[in-house]
Amino acid sequence: MSKGIPHALNKVVEPFLIIVGSLSISMMLFGAFVAAAGANPFEVYQTMYRAAFGTSFSWQNTLIRAAPLMLTALCTALPGYLGLIIIGGEGAVVMGGLFAAIVALTMPNAPPMVVLTTMALAGMAAGAIWLAIGGALRHYRAVNETISSLLLNYIAIALLNHLVTSTFRDSESLNHPSTHHIGEANMIGLIPGTDLHWGLVFGIVACVLSWFLMHHTVFGFASQIAGGNVRAAQIAGLPVGRLILIVCCVAGAAGGLAGMVEVAAIHGRANDTLNANYGYAGILVAFVARNNPLAIIPVAVLLGGIRASSGLLQRAHELPDATVLVMQGIIFLVILFSETLYGRFSRMPKQGAV
Amino acid sequence: MIDGVPPDLHACGITKHFGPLTALQAVNLQLRSGQFHALLGENGAGKSTLVKCIMGYYHPDEGTISLNHETVSIRSPRDAQTFGIGMVYQQFTLIPNMTVLENLVISRARLDPLIDWEKEERQLAEFMENMPFQVSLTARVSSLAAGEKQKVEILKQLALQNRILILDEPTSVLTPQEADEMLGYLRALTLGQRLSVLIITHKLREVAAFADEVTVLRKGQFVGTGNVSQLTVSQMAEMMVGSEVTVKPKQRNVQSSKVPKLVLRDIRVKDESGVEVVRGVHLTIHEGEIVGIAGVSGNGQRELVEVLAGQRCASAGTIHAHDQLYQPTREKIMKHKMFCLPEEPLQNTCVGRMSVAENLAFRHFDIEPYVVGGWFISRPALRRGATELIERYNIKPPYPDMPIQSLSGGNVQRAVLARELSADVEILIIANPCVGLDFLAMEEIRQRIVAARNHGTAVLLVSEDLDEIMELSDRTVVMFNGQLVYETTSSDADLGIIGRHMTGHTT
Repeated sequence: MSKGIPHALNKVVEPFLIIVGSLSISMMLFGAFVAAAGANPFEVYQTMYRAAFGTSFSWQNTLIRAAPLMLTALCTALPGYLGLIIIGGEGAVVMGGLFAAIVALTMPNAPPMVVLTTMALAGMAAGAIWLAIGGALRHYRAVNETISSLLLNYIAIALLNHLVTSTFRDSESLNHPSTHHIGEANMIGLIPGTDLHWGLVFGIVACVLSWFLMHHTVFGFASQIAGGNVRAAQIAGLPVGRLILIVCCVAGAAGGLAGMVEVAAIHGRANDTLNANYGYAGILVAFVARNNPLAIIPVAVLLGGIRASSGLLQRAHELPDATVLVMQGIIFLVILFSETLYGRFSRMPKQGAV
Repeated sequence: MIDGVPPDLHACGITKHFGPLTALQAVNLQLRSGQFHALLGENGAGKSTLVKCIMGYYHPDEGTISLNHETVSIRSPRDAQTFGIGMVYQQFTLIPNMTVLENLVISRARLDPLIDWEKEERQLAEFMENMPFQVSLTARVSSLAAGEKQKVEILKQLALQNRILILDEPTSVLTPQEADEMLGYLRALTLGQRLSVLIITHKLREVAAFADEVTVLRKGQFVGTGNVSQLTVSQMAEMMVGSEVTVKPKQRNVQSSKVPKLVLRDIRVKDESGVEVVRGVHLTIHEGEIVGIAGVSGNGQRELVEVLAGQRCASAGTIHAHDQLYQPTREKIMKHKMFCLPEEPLQNTCVGRMSVAENLAFRHFDIEPYVVGGWFISRPALRRGATELIERYNIKPPYPDMPIQSLSGGNVQRAVLARELSADVEILIIANPCVGLDFLAMEEIRQRIVAARNHGTAVLLVSEDLDEIMELSDRTVVMFNGQLVYETTSSDADLGIIGRHMTGHTT
């Protein structure tokens, strides 16, 4: 078994080296960019570090941003196990937040625990249905799931804008059309002793459970077969369509939960702030984490930190607001490129013919 | 159009190493002008490496290649082309959705920026008239039969003015009749001193019938060369494998019971374009019986296997396993123990990046002891099960954690066989199980199939290799154009009759 061990190491070491390498190259490219914009790259990175991880306040700021990213990253990562590239996290967040707010408004006299539970269920169901549409179109009608899930994002946003400006509009929300507030009593509280809301716990628990589901259950094993080779799954008699639908539902439920948390922990109402690009940033997190739900947790924290540093970067270096988006974009491109490097550093022993 | 005689080709003392492996050790080959020369050897003997050295794909570590006694340096296939050496590959290299004319024109190394199609057609039609065989220039390649495509491949080489033609197992995709026809044309061209032919083949019958001279390689070593007229088939076989080949019939029990295990009724299947490619197949397979389906590829065998494997839906017809209506759901597959060993196992029934242990578990990962608590996979159990199968089926290298795609073809086939045979298989569907395997692996896999049969498994064997069917099956049926057109017991089998039915000549 001695040669089995280097291989097991390879499985961990290779992705780790490639990702650390990609991030370093991204940092160099972004450094060149800020230098061109007239700032000192070293100082910029120092500022970013301070703004993201320097103090307990900045840590909290980072983690608050990381929480929804963990959930939206699952929207892309879980279908990835089945070989699907779904980028509909944004739609799942919007639908989840919208429907969580709507059900909360239908139960004005219920106890907060009941309201929150119902909101979470409604949000998860809405997100689940939203991504399942993309999965179903893929499986039953061979529609490209990447395109359909992207377009579903726009439909979700349009639906949100329509409903908050018509049926569910709070007449007092004049220049920022929103639903009515769900009531202060119904807001999710903070984790005791911190300024962090419970969304972070949801995110971490969802990632850990997802990892366990995909790596240690019969369902996850079947999904990996179907994702690795549909023909092999067919010969094994696996219900590929059902697997796709269920995985899309679980992924969408994670996104819907992120939307519910946005409403119940931060805004108190559904409006277009739900559409804050957490869904799209989640795609990046999933890619960097190579769809591994456990890796999503640190990557989301890292990206949350980058986003948290935006404000200070603007003030300290007079860099434009979109600077962190440039960094995000650079990381995305470099990571996509690095996908081609897997297997090239393989140290597997070559086999003889028989 | 073609003038002058082909040059003598002499490869002298060719040695080629790949890392620690010596693929060729001081091999000689002399292809005289206008000769029909066969290069013989088992899989892995170095035949392909030798011709790739001649074609300039590889650069020999030692040795020289000379044309008409002048040493030449062939650095690339394009170089080979300038010396008039061309190659026809086992797989077709034509572009299917283009016409024959277009394929012939674009194969040229240098093309004018504007193509005068009328002129090209005129010239190629003229060229074709001087050939012993004709193919319609306006036909689309995808509409041609395999034999016709092979003719186009040869015409392509001749149109490129190549005078030395190397063919790598050119008849493997042809019916015996098509093969004889094509080899006959090549023979005629060599007799007319218009071409020298070097052919790689496994089929000694073809060598005996068409070649002038043979060169035999074994494990990278030059074994010998000789005139075909002075050698018997068994002498050539002995040169190839090193000792007398004794064709022993596979040992088998006589099964007295006639319990039908798998019954197909009026199976009809459409392909992607909606054409019915399986047109009403009726077949019953009994306990302890191997039924071989012979036929040239492309007569609906692949689609039929896909239906039985659950990879494709039939448009009509029923499958009964053990007298019960069968659908390829996981539940029914496990209930009837109806498993499948398809061709190209890595692409068809494995997940390349998953480990050997995981791939070995595809049939049983959801049953105890591999699952605990109804939901959770026990990795240690998976690994234990795999280790046992790896040992029992001699899968190399014996590491359950390696991705299965890093195994050699024979070992992937062994792994899939281990998986499909291990769970007391009752009905086994097999398609071309030995393609690309060497002699030993082939023999072992065939033994295991017969052993399963002797235990009472009903086996459906689809193969393009007639010898394999003859060796293994109790009953042979011939599939032609989507239907089963002929049936015989193996003891009464007549290759001539089978070959005729394979090509649709049923008179």
